[in-house]
Amino acid sequence: MDNSFDVIIIGAGVTGCAIARELSRFDCSVLVIEKDEDVCCGTSKANSGIVHAGYDAKPGTLKAKMNIRGNEMMTSLCEDLDIPFKRIGSLVVCTDAAQRSGIDDLYARGITNEVPDMRILEADELREIEPNISDDAVCALYAPTAGVICPFRLNIALAECAAQNGVEFKFDTKVTNVIRDGDGWAVEASDITYNARAVINAAGCHADDIHNLVSDKKLHITPRRGDYMLLDRSLEGFVKHVIFPQPTKMGKGILVTPTVHGNTIVGPTAVDVESKDEAPVTAEGLVKVQEGSAKNVKGLPLKQVITGFSGLRAHEDGGEFILEEAEGCPGFFDCVGIESPGLTACPAIGEYMASLLSEKLSLKQKDTWNGICKDVVKPFELPSAEREKLIRNNPEYGRIICRCETITEGEIIDAIRRPLGAKSLDGVKRRTRAGMGRCQGGFCSPRVMDILSRELGVPLDSITKSGGDSKILTGRTKDEG
Amino acid sequence: MKADIVIVGGGPAGLAAAISAAKEDINLNILILERDSELGGILNQCIHNGFGLHTFNEELTGPEYAARFEDQLDGLGIHYMLDTMVLDVASSVVTAVNSKEGVFTVECGAVVLCMGCRERPRGALNIPGLRPAGVFTAGTAQRLVNIEGFMPGKEVVILGSGDIGLIMARRMTLEGARVKAVCELMPYSGGLKRNIVQCLDDFDIPLLLSHTVIDIKGKERVTSVVIAEVDERSKPVPGTEQEITCDTLLLSCGLIPENELSRSAGVKINPATNGPVVNESFETSIPGVFACGNVLHVHDLVDYVSEESGRAGRSAARFVKANKAEEGPVINIKNGNGVRYTVPSFVRVNELDGDLVIRFRSGNVYKDNYISVLFDGETKLHRRKPIITPGEMEQVILKKDDLTAAPSEILIEITEV
Amino acid sequence: MEKRELTCINCPMGCRITVTMEGDDIIAVEGNTCKRGFVYACNEVKSPVRTVTTTIKVTGGVVDRVSCKTKEPVPKNKIFEVMDAINKASCKAPVAIGDVLIEDCAGTGIPVVATKAVSPA
Repeated sequence: MDNSFDVIIIGAGVTGCAIARELSRFDCSVLVIEKDEDVCCGTSKANSGIVHAGYDAKPGTLKAKMNIRGNEMMTSLCEDLDIPFKRIGSLVVCTDAAQRSGIDDLYARGITNEVPDMRILEADELREIEPNISDDAVCALYAPTAGVICPFRLNIALAECAAQNGVEFKFDTKVTNVIRDGDGWAVEASDITYNARAVINAAGCHADDIHNLVSDKKLHITPRRGDYMLLDRSLEGFVKHVIFPQPTKMGKGILVTPTVHGNTIVGPTAVDVESKDEAPVTAEGLVKVQEGSAKNVKGLPLKQVITGFSGLRAHEDGGEFILEEAEGCPGFFDCVGIESPGLTACPAIGEYMASLLSEKLSLKQKDTWNGICKDVVKPFELPSAEREKLIRNNPEYGRIICRCETITEGEIIDAIRRPLGAKSLDGVKRRTRAGMGRCQGGFCSPRVMDILSRELGVPLDSITKSGGDSKILTGRTKDEG
Repeated sequence: MKADIVIVGGGPAGLAAAISAAKEDINLNILILERDSELGGILNQCIHNGFGLHTFNEELTGPEYAARFEDQLDGLGIHYMLDTMVLDVASSVVTAVNSKEGVFTVECGAVVLCMGCRERPRGALNIPGLRPAGVFTAGTAQRLVNIEGFMPGKEVVILGSGDIGLIMARRMTLEGARVKAVCELMPYSGGLKRNIVQCLDDFDIPLLLSHTVIDIKGKERVTSVVIAEVDERSKPVPGTEQEITCDTLLLSCGLIPENELSRSAGVKINPATNGPVVNESFETSIPGVFACGNVLHVHDLVDYVSEESGRAGRSAARFVKANKAEEGPVINIKNGNGVRYTVPSFVRVNELDGDLVIRFRSGNVYKDNYISVLFDGETKLHRRKPIITPGEMEQVILKKDDLTAAPSEILIEITEV
Repeated sequence: MEKRELTCINCPMGCRITVTMEGDDIIAVEGNTCKRGFVYACNEVKSPVRTVTTTIKVTGGVVDRVSCKTKEPVPKNKIFEVMDAINKASCKAPVAIGDVLIEDCAGTGIPVVATKAVSPA
């Protein structure tokens, strides 16, 4: 087996996959190495799913540049990759007249960053477009270019598109060392050594560890945990925009927003933690989420919570995106400290890093490149004639497996069979939404497990929630007999 | 497609409703739409016994109870479609999908909603901790063990002492798992005494009242849970935490009627039951749309489901034939002290076909209290009950003759004297 | 003299009943608040029995487990022997409700019957 590549990307989150897709435009061999069983398993899987307008970041920083450029790129990217995305606009709400100047400052910063079409809304106008806003609301910064996106599809689509253009992926492969090897690099991962002319470190919360393997100029990431509550789709319309409080130095604060699929999401908290791999939801966190939501939105029925979850932000001490060739390490490129607005920025980071790499390695554009990648076919989003034809030809598209989200067996089969397909319950969930609804997989998980078992040709009791040792079942009944 | 009556759901409620509608008028074209691949609903996985004491005067298991109803369908000419999911309900048209027909509509004279209920999942309980494999609702675990024949775990903690949780404590034990504790947030169990004795005491499984799970540990699979005692406000008491090693947490923390179809149809929902508001005929706020079983209010006895659903099915059959109700007096039923809700919510006296059965649940445990029924403020019934608990549905039966005087309001309350 | 503590299962009261025994004879029943409690306590101390409901392996059917029960209640102290015997047994599809799957389960003299039908594969 040839383990030599032009470029190795460490990490299959949104950053790694966005870079992989951009690099796949060039005539070069690319390998993405991921420690988990699937793409979208780290910081990319648990976040607010917001495409930020770009007024937050300090002017002149990479965070600001990548945010603005990423936001610009998002519309066509989402069309090409069939990613659910809605520009619903964001509101930064001032609930204390004494803090009003903060809104003006943010507006000014947005202007410097060249955020388009912002306006400051006074209380009356604000209430008109967002009737459930807090009675304390004084004014708000409105940015129509902000939006909500499906972070799972974004990550998965970037990876699928990269794969269809020749990028290879290795999952369940944990990088243990990166060493200089001649003019290039040797990457040791799960007892195999891979060689590359260049390495891109997109390892999320672990990016400092990877960087510190090769560089004397040490970096340090603090995982910053955030708790969220996700509310039932029956509340669709309760809020209509991404609603932020005024930002603090710990971040953008607890937001309330519709998700692109019509749920309402509330969060995140911001707590610096030790573990880079475990993000438990905490009781205190959930209380803070509830209090935080009440500050800006009145009467939000938090009892309609369908799940709570927690994510990690990869906060580098400098607070800035580090997107560069590491000092003294030719061909080793860092993407470190990719916290918010990382999801928004990822297409821009991909573009930027690919340009650095193509220059470094003198890469040539391919003659043919396919940047279009369709999502799993969703029968209930098709016009009726097309849907009926689909079901006639593939009856499994008429069999509902997930009742809450109306997901059919056909969609689940597609999610499993497609390139970089789902191997676990969570993999199916992120690709189809089966199990993401109000019963949280109570009804459908045994049925999805049956389909996974059949499609993958493995016994039912080897099916996992999310790879590794996360087996759902411990064996058969009446086994010894 | 056309049918006189469409029944949404082929579980115990749907089966009983279909059968009684057919018996009311054998010429009606009745169609059951069932989302699963077999009829019987949740009864298929309830392989324990205790069903049917009221209906058949014997103790049956869930599948046997369901079979008693299923066996009647062919003789009554009742049609059914399996693996068919209803997508939308309106008073005279039901939209559904299956793999054979695609998306199709059924024009109908009446609809009976029998969608049952779902379990409250972990996410809705705000349990802190990690999200590893090994956390199941009790009903999902029941399906895995009893239908699929697989074990969801070996060392188990159960949160919630509802009947499904208790039944699963015994079931897991019989299949060789070790159930280490059943924690109940409330100071009393919502399950039947019989289940506490025969599912827990028989196997020395501790029932920890006023306890809850405050942390779930394990990155990939559950490795332990932390439990703690709670105070009167259900808040964990610091210093009472205990970590229990286990690979599985089962949740039996309440059932939620599945009324998404009802809501989108515009049916008025009672916030106390999360089910439709219905009259004496189990008709919802939309004429011709009826509801019964656990979609209406969560029952503890399937026999009551069958009986109520029988009334709903008969009413649907009469509606199809008459297509309008007679004008007449309407009596509102009010919840008095200690009464969380009643079914029905109001009564049209002229439409009563016999005595009026009012079912209700209390909001608390009452010992040595009275159930009182007042007609426009005047006591009509005053019955001593040694115990009333939220876990057991109560009922009062009022004679039709007593209602012809038509009070404007019936109040049901729990009183000390 | 031996005292046995029971919880009555007849209603939600769940009376704690104390039965005083002298060998096999019941000397006193205390704590019950009704006659049904008395009868329950006497039966429960003398010969407690339970119906065992579980599943059994089935071959050649559309499913490979079928639900079953002991046709009559079995002595409570035999529950795990009964489970053992059922776990080791298997039956062949087709199965009809009420089919006897084990004639005499674990020496109790009580048969195990199917509680659900299974069609052949």
